[in-house]
Amino acid sequence: MAEPTFEPKITAFVCNWCTYAGADLTGTSRIKYQPNVRVLRLPCTGRIDFMLLAKAFARGADGIIISGCHPNDCHYTSGNYHARRRWMVYRNLMDFMGIDVRRVTFSWVSAAEGAKWAELVNEVTSTIRALGPYSEYKELVQAGVE
Amino acid sequence: MADTYHLSSASLDALFAAILADGRRILAPTDRDGRTELNPVTTPAQVAKDYVQTALSAKGTVFPRVEQLLSYRTGQGQVELTDAEPKAVPTVLFGIRPCEAAGFQALDAVFNWDSRDKYFNARLAQVTVIGVACTRSDDACFCTSVGGDPGSEKGSDLLLIPVAGGYLAEALTDKGKALVALAPDQFKPGDGADKVALLAQVPAAFDQPALTAQLPALFDSPLWADQALRCVGCGACAFVCPTCVCFDLQEEADPKAGRRLRAWDSCGFRLFTLHASGHNPRDTQGQRWRQRVYHKFSYYPERYGMLGCVGCGKCTRACPVDMNLREHLTEAAQAQVKA
Amino acid sequence: MELREKAKQLLEAGTVKAVLGFEAGTHGRRRPAFARSAEQAGRLVLDDGCRQNLASYVTRKEIKRLGRLAVAARPETLRALLQLLAERQVREEDVLALAVDADGGVTELATAQAVEERLATEAQVIPAEDRAMLDRLAAMSREERWAFWQGELSRCVKCYACRSSCPMCYCEQCTMDCNRPQWVPVPSHPLGNLEYHQVRAMHLAGRCVQCGDCGRACPVGIPVHLLTFTAEESVHSQFGQRAGSSAKLDYALSTFRPDDKESFIR
Repeated sequence: MAEPTFEPKITAFVCNWCTYAGADLTGTSRIKYQPNVRVLRLPCTGRIDFMLLAKAFARGADGIIISGCHPNDCHYTSGNYHARRRWMVYRNLMDFMGIDVRRVTFSWVSAAEGAKWAELVNEVTSTIRALGPYSEYKELVQAGVE
Repeated sequence: MADTYHLSSASLDALFAAILADGRRILAPTDRDGRTELNPVTTPAQVAKDYVQTALSAKGTVFPRVEQLLSYRTGQGQVELTDAEPKAVPTVLFGIRPCEAAGFQALDAVFNWDSRDKYFNARLAQVTVIGVACTRSDDACFCTSVGGDPGSEKGSDLLLIPVAGGYLAEALTDKGKALVALAPDQFKPGDGADKVALLAQVPAAFDQPALTAQLPALFDSPLWADQALRCVGCGACAFVCPTCVCFDLQEEADPKAGRRLRAWDSCGFRLFTLHASGHNPRDTQGQRWRQRVYHKFSYYPERYGMLGCVGCGKCTRACPVDMNLREHLTEAAQAQVKA
Repeated sequence: MELREKAKQLLEAGTVKAVLGFEAGTHGRRRPAFARSAEQAGRLVLDDGCRQNLASYVTRKEIKRLGRLAVAARPETLRALLQLLAERQVREEDVLALAVDADGGVTELATAQAVEERLATEAQVIPAEDRAMLDRLAAMSREERWAFWQGELSRCVKCYACRSSCPMCYCEQCTMDCNRPQWVPVPSHPLGNLEYHQVRAMHLAGRCVQCGDCGRACPVGIPVHLLTFTAEESVHSQFGQRAGSSAKLDYALSTFRPDDKESFIR
């Protein structure tokens, strides 16, 4: 059960050309949305190593968003296709090892989808708020050292 | 002069209870899914019944596989540095084999060599070893080739020799006597029985003093590269070994805070001697294998006056490709030294 | 032909410089053995106890220096050799596969094509014991799986026996050893262990030939092979390709199809 004061920390890995621009549009459109997301800009979703997700959890994230250009629209032509394959395998592995994949959201948000970004962030934030802090993972970070 | 007692199996329960009541934990070999591993126990019933050795050694109680040495925080231009205090939990190790008990001496030689390691010493001070002598051995054992034997007293505070109905108990040190004092009624007078008759027979495999004397001349022998052909260069042998003591220091930090950790390391890893320049003085597995043997059988005797090996055979059992140390050493002892 | 006989023949003819097979080891075990002369070939044995995937040796520089190598090869080893060929880590002419026959003898397979043809006759099946374990894990809740893996990984001491025994872990500079940045913590605390095993499984996705050597190598009995099996199954079921099926296989994670299908991206 989440405490009333729990504010989720959500790390978002987004591509520069689509989702980052889309998030910028959200702002210029003056759409208000939950402030819980820390945005990390990368050139392309293809650049997102699965270890970045593991590190986000290790550094205290309660939830993660990964978002980029829609298939066929990648600024580098195929980066998002590679990313998609990687996510398909990694998500399966995470779930197999018992990592909470409900806390990880993958999405395609284009530069024109300012509204979609806000909707996504709001939805993910409320999901994570309901799930509560990812204490299980945080406990891991300090454990096992004598 | 050891005090000798008879400890019945039923009395062991009472002894365990007395140890726990004294605020100590008991670690003993336990059966887990077909493995024998050292775990906390509260009664003798939980101890594994029929085992030769645990896979990992008990050295983790005095030299943990990960331990914190210091931590720091930074802020406002200041650095706040905190030495970690070793959390030495009062521990009784029950069921340690004499070979492994002897290993503590080899660890002590390094950790108290030219400086005193406060972490090791704090933990060792809180550890009492109840050794249990061996009534059987296996193909990997070779304690008798390295100055040990199935009933050796080296390293045990209290040594138990299995007999019908219980154990002969020898209180060998002050710590051992203190254990007896925890439950004095359980220790009945005992006589020195014929240990040799009761214990496992482990024929000596090779002449260790001759091997040690021969090693300097064998340094350039192709023997080591040949023996190491199948070695895959992992750290299993070093990590399960009761005497291996090499460690790595790692810092885990971000700009605001960090901690320095000590972790087990192995000379079998290629990275072990890799220089920042890219040069590696031990670039082949043969050189690394040779180092392992020499460290234990040549450099240790030279530096500390004792061997760095107790003949427990854990390395052989753990090795994915069966690098049988006894076999390799026997071959080396018999090798012809090139004139 | 029997392995010993074949080895003698090859060595006497100079066809290969060494034969990599198995010999009797401690306590009934079998272990890898290199025969470099007809006399040494007399030590070789081949039976059901000979399980190691010997392909892990063909990329090691000390072994390459021996010269052309004949390798006793069960199906997993044949698959590993094809995968190594596909990854350009070995040349066809440097290795002579001695495929293990049903009668315990061996058949020479000198080309990738011969190996592919041979493998086409043998179905790749995950051992029943491992299949049962995977099914058991799949039926668990996420929390139960977390508890299971945390329990298993708590024994991990980061000895890297798993990595060292894997034919696909041939990188001279493994990501674990990189310290600028230190991607994966070296010490064997729970976080370090979780991250290491995740990374290894991911780096084997699409490459693991499911030999199970990693799990067998683990000195503390962690079923790490289930992790790499899972990553490989994930690639096979979602992208339709099998590691070790061909000497010309593309790496699944550096290729794609525009119509790759998933169900979880919004």
